[in-house]
Amino acid sequence: MTQAPFVRLMDVAKRWNGQLGVEGISLDIPEGSFTALLGPSGCGKSTTLRLLAGLELPDEGKIMIDDKDVTTSAASDRNLSMVFQSYALFPHLSVEENVVFGLKVRRVPKQERKQKLHRALEITGLLGYENRKPGELSGGQRQRVALARAIVAGQRLCLMDEPLSNLDAKLRNSVRKDIKKLQRDLGITVVYVTHDQTEAMSMADTVVLMKDGRIQQVGAPEDLYNKPVNTFVAEFVGAPPMALIGSEAIDGFGKGKTLGVRAENIQIVPKGEGRLSCTVNESEFLGSETLIGLAHAGAAGLCVLRPGLAMMSEGEEIDIHFNNEHLHVFDAAGQRQVS
Amino acid sequence: MSAHANLERRRQAIYGWLLLTPALALLSIFAFYPTIATLWTSLFSRGTRRNPVEFVGTGNYADLFADPTFWLVVKNNLLYAGVTIPVSIGIALAMALWANGKIRARSFVRTAYFTPTVLPMIAAANLWLFFYTPGLGVLDQIGSLFGLPSVNWLGQPETALWAIIIVTIWKEAGFFMIFYLAALQTIPEDLKEAADIEGASRWTYTRRIVLPLLMPTTLFIAVNALINSVKLIDHLFILTKGGPSDASKLLLYYIWEMAFAFFDAPQAAAMTILVIAVLAVVAAVKFSYLDKRTHYQ
Repeated sequence: MTQAPFVRLMDVAKRWNGQLGVEGISLDIPEGSFTALLGPSGCGKSTTLRLLAGLELPDEGKIMIDDKDVTTSAASDRNLSMVFQSYALFPHLSVEENVVFGLKVRRVPKQERKQKLHRALEITGLLGYENRKPGELSGGQRQRVALARAIVAGQRLCLMDEPLSNLDAKLRNSVRKDIKKLQRDLGITVVYVTHDQTEAMSMADTVVLMKDGRIQQVGAPEDLYNKPVNTFVAEFVGAPPMALIGSEAIDGFGKGKTLGVRAENIQIVPKGEGRLSCTVNESEFLGSETLIGLAHAGAAGLCVLRPGLAMMSEGEEIDIHFNNEHLHVFDAAGQRQVS
Repeated sequence: MSAHANLERRRQAIYGWLLLTPALALLSIFAFYPTIATLWTSLFSRGTRRNPVEFVGTGNYADLFADPTFWLVVKNNLLYAGVTIPVSIGIALAMALWANGKIRARSFVRTAYFTPTVLPMIAAANLWLFFYTPGLGVLDQIGSLFGLPSVNWLGQPETALWAIIIVTIWKEAGFFMIFYLAALQTIPEDLKEAADIEGASRWTYTRRIVLPLLMPTTLFIAVNALINSVKLIDHLFILTKGGPSDASKLLLYYIWEMAFAFFDAPQAAAMTILVIAVLAVVAAVKFSYLDKRTHYQ
């Protein structure tokens, strides 16, 4: 996939009366890709999406879509569709009218409208619900109406703003797969905002992790997981997140650095043989494994996974071991050191 | 059924009746009973010393229908309602859409629009009396700047009713605006954004999304405006007293006149019953027909 980027943000910034919106956002999104904007709330991911959609105009920078400069274009001129977190369905219109609203506005002939409606409802599994009002549908169905509305016009770029956050956990899983499949089948470019890293990691080709209005890392999910560029990424990505240990606690790493290690790379070893001794402060049974939370004065977020049901009593002293190859080294500023 | 369940049911029933009682008592004393008493009165003749009260059936109604003044008043009131209701609703909607937008001094605009509603009716009427006064009034003063002749707005049959209509619109539009403003604020912002992305113009958005979502409010306002249009009396006392030659006389004023100036209570009662009947029909249409066609959130 070495095409020219389909969507390009160049040094985009947006500020709200002194408050930080987003700053210095540069991003290339290839056509047909699935990009997730990930980050804690208030990190500017939704703002970035809204800038892309044309619902906000940037204070600085340039936005290109399909080789056209759309920095100041109206939302309707950008040839994109959007799924809102609240779905933003028109409550007084039926499913059918909601889906074809945009086509009607754009004066698509009736025959074509009908075909497109049928196809969109077919894809989203909503056939037979044409005349229902949004209020008569379940949350999952409403979500699918929003999807149908987004794909009916056949726009090549689709923006999604936390589309799954109003669904229950079980539904979220299945809709996640549906959206991914939809994106692949239709070959559309999706930019997807979420605060849920599982969503981002499982669906996206590229994850853009943001914090405080700035991009922290852009990369494939495995890159973010395996090569976090800084301690924020290390701590944000992965469940459980990476443990961070002050370099003073371990021999051979000097001072002022931070070492990261993931739970799956930590082993419990007999007393006196480990590199670190710590205290058990919680045990959490997850089903296939048990997560043991560990406390150590020089470390944060230490934990270890044990297979099956293997609770440990609180306050127990244990030793842990890990190999140097599994350690991520960050400098004093929290940036990854090339090893 | 076991004893405690029975007891619980009775307790619930008593509780329900207790909650119902205050409203029921007040409505009975001040609404239901007077209505029935009025209906009863309207079926009897006016008692004089020579002719005692007797049952005349629909006689009072027949008299009323034969009374040209009654028809003039009905015509006045229809014109009054037919103009004030749509115009004040239209202006209210336009003001609300504007005051809801992102404009500067938004709260000032809202307050300014609402001020006429806060003023007591009598005070507002006196204010307008000053506007309309021939020679001295603001309207004439402005007119004279352009060399227009003095007009006695309230004193001539052609303009008196229209002068009243304008005062009413001025008074009601701001009041109705508040309802629209409240309704507009319940419409989520993202509907506008979704419509924007779909390429809908501001006008399309207003017509296809905002107006239908405001329908419940419009309906509520329309019914209120209709009721107000037969309730207007205080402005008339100050501004025209129904004159000249009944040109600005409205139903309630005529009812009042009939009852307390001509002391013909049965006639007044008959007229009251007719007004109640018309309003009841309107309310029935609203609750049965229009409600079903309106989207409530």
